Amino acid sequence: MNVWDTVFPYLLSGISVGGQYALIAIGYTMVYGILRLINFAHGDVFMVAGIVMVYIASSGLPIWVCIPLVLLITVFVGFLIERVAYKPLRSAPRMSVMISAIGVSYALQNLVLYVTGGLNKQYPTIPWISDTVVIGPAKTKLVTVITPILVIALVVALVLLINKTKIGMAMRAVSKDFETSQLMGIKINNVISATFIIGSFLAGVGSILYFTNYPTVIQTSGAMPGLKAFVAAVFGGIGSIPGAVIGAFIIGIMENIIKGLDVILFKAGIISGPMGLATFSDAFTFALLIVILIVKPTGLFGEKVTDKV
Amino acid sequence: MKKMIALVLAVMMLVPAFALADNIIKIGVYEPASGDSGAGGKQETLGVQYANFKTPTVTIGDTEYKVELVTADNGSSTDKAPSAAQKLVSENVSVVLGSYGSGVSIAGSDYFKNANIPAIGLTCTNPQVTAGNSHYFRICFLDPFQGTVLANYAKDALGASTVYCLGELGNDYDQGLITYFKQAFEGLGGMVITESFPTGTADFTSYLTNATAYGADVFFCPVSIAYSTQIIQQASAQGLAIAILGGDTLDSNVVADATKGTNVKVVITTFYQEGANEEFDTGFKAWLNENPDMLTNNGGNDVISAVSVMGYDGYYTALAALQAAGSVDGAAVMAALPAVTIDGVSGHIAFDETGDAIRTSAFVKTVNNETGAWEFVTEQSVSGN
Repeated sequence: MNVWDTVFPYLLSGISVGGQYALIAIGYTMVYGILRLINFAHGDVFMVAGIVMVYIASSGLPIWVCIPLVLLITVFVGFLIERVAYKPLRSAPRMSVMISAIGVSYALQNLVLYVTGGLNKQYPTIPWISDTVVIGPAKTKLVTVITPILVIALVVALVLLINKTKIGMAMRAVSKDFETSQLMGIKINNVISATFIIGSFLAGVGSILYFTNYPTVIQTSGAMPGLKAFVAAVFGGIGSIPGAVIGAFIIGIMENIIKGLDVILFKAGIISGPMGLATFSDAFTFALLIVILIVKPTGLFGEKVTDKV
Repeated sequence: MKKMIALVLAVMMLVPAFALADNIIKIGVYEPASGDSGAGGKQETLGVQYANFKTPTVTIGDTEYKVELVTADNGSSTDKAPSAAQKLVSENVSVVLGSYGSGVSIAGSDYFKNANIPAIGLTCTNPQVTAGNSHYFRICFLDPFQGTVLANYAKDALGASTVYCLGELGNDYDQGLITYFKQAFEGLGGMVITESFPTGTADFTSYLTNATAYGADVFFCPVSIAYSTQIIQQASAQGLAIAILGGDTLDSNVVADATKGTNVKVVITTFYQEGANEEFDTGFKAWLNENPDMLTNNGGNDVISAVSVMGYDGYYTALAALQAAGSVDGAAVMAALPAVTIDGVSGHIAFDETGDAIRTSAFVKTVNNETGAWEFVTEQSVSGN
């Protein structure tokens, strides 16, 4: 078995989970770009999308009805959160909005805890993307292959939307200067709602891909992916969409490579036995965040902020 | 007016006193109802509830007491466990049953000890639960025993020479059982590779790849139900060719459902096999089917989980202890417990000097991939344990 055959399965897992992180990370980064708010509830919107799918699918509706319905509900949840919990605090200090976001996060988790009774829910099997495929030396679900392709397609569409359309132009203006764009006649609330709708939509898509691969949903399912997507957004430079996507892929791949590092080193003959490095896969993600913040505080593609005195 | 309010308040405070006069004895059910072990904890609680439904009263001395179950959700987590334990202490229960999961049992142990309340572990298999204390008892087998049984089974029946072990970081049960398994399996001349995953992991694909890459013959993962279903389904997607071996935690219809329709072979050790006691089986199933809420708590069908049987036996052990003590006082019950013996559904229960049940055999079960039902493989015992 050569090195490529050993590394490939980990790379595949990494690209797949990285793509799913990317879809969540875009939501973090867009909201930050426009509102300068870390939307802590975003990971939970992702989880809610998963739970909604479980309940809708169990009602017996065909899957091609379920998927749009789930996306619609997720978008509505995201929209509602913004209108209820963030909009009334528009002129409040930024810290208050952040606390409100943490509150929404816990509210969603506990609501789901109440509804599900704290038990794991089995995610429905979505036909076609759940099929097993063989790629080179690895066997996996088709969704693993679809994820990166879908992510890139969605990101291209999003970049086009931001650069070519009127609402995109408004978004760019708002992210540059909140007050001035308001004075210029941009309807701030509509722009912010649009941001949340896009973010929630992508989180919904992400949840379908993610839970097809890892098919158990519980109220805390959104916490870890949410946190890692947030790290990815910071890593890529928060506020930058390509940055968030590249950051997410890097984190997903590195995480899985570390899980397999023992095997890779063992096969390559560098170490003689397992060293238990897999234990550090999560620690690595967060250590990376610290290193990035020290070396390059604005992230890979972050804008330089010059404060005028 | 003030006097009126004072009077009303006084009357209200008397109401609980009246309730007490009605000869009620409280048994604490210290089980997870949420979190990673929520499914197992609920099934264990079901066993206790069914026993309480069958025998709602107990005669201590000459007085008949009504048994009231007080449940406390320890959330499958050691940081939520203390408040659940304190709830039971403040409710003044006479004896505690539980918990599913050794870590939470250990976390709650001192609260019961300080309040002089005896606890009966139902399915917590880690030796540390009862070691070095006089208030914690247990009616199931222990991990050194279970680890040895599993190691022997892996070696003899599955013909394994290399085993890949995966447990949750910081989980006393997982890590404990893996350690005992490792000792036993290496004693038999096999090779063991151990890895751990952080709490909250959903992506097990790389761990499964690791197992294959190391050339393991068996994938041993004595983890919580929530993780095991993920592992089984991802193993199925990856086409994992080796058997998945698990401990008593995996004995749940939730795990069986996850295995149904896949090609993954799942083998576990457990306390009870459905069909061993016809009377209990039919009674319990009928009770589940009459109560839709209970059926939901059992995972939606009426397959009997071994932990429910242990809950059932634990309840009768507690009643026997109360009768032997002739008192509802916790300290008296504690003093009476070591001498208690009963013939439970899961077998004869008697305690040794540490407060552990003397058990010499475990059931080995596997999931039928077509029907999704647990099938009996063998009853394995280990000499000298």
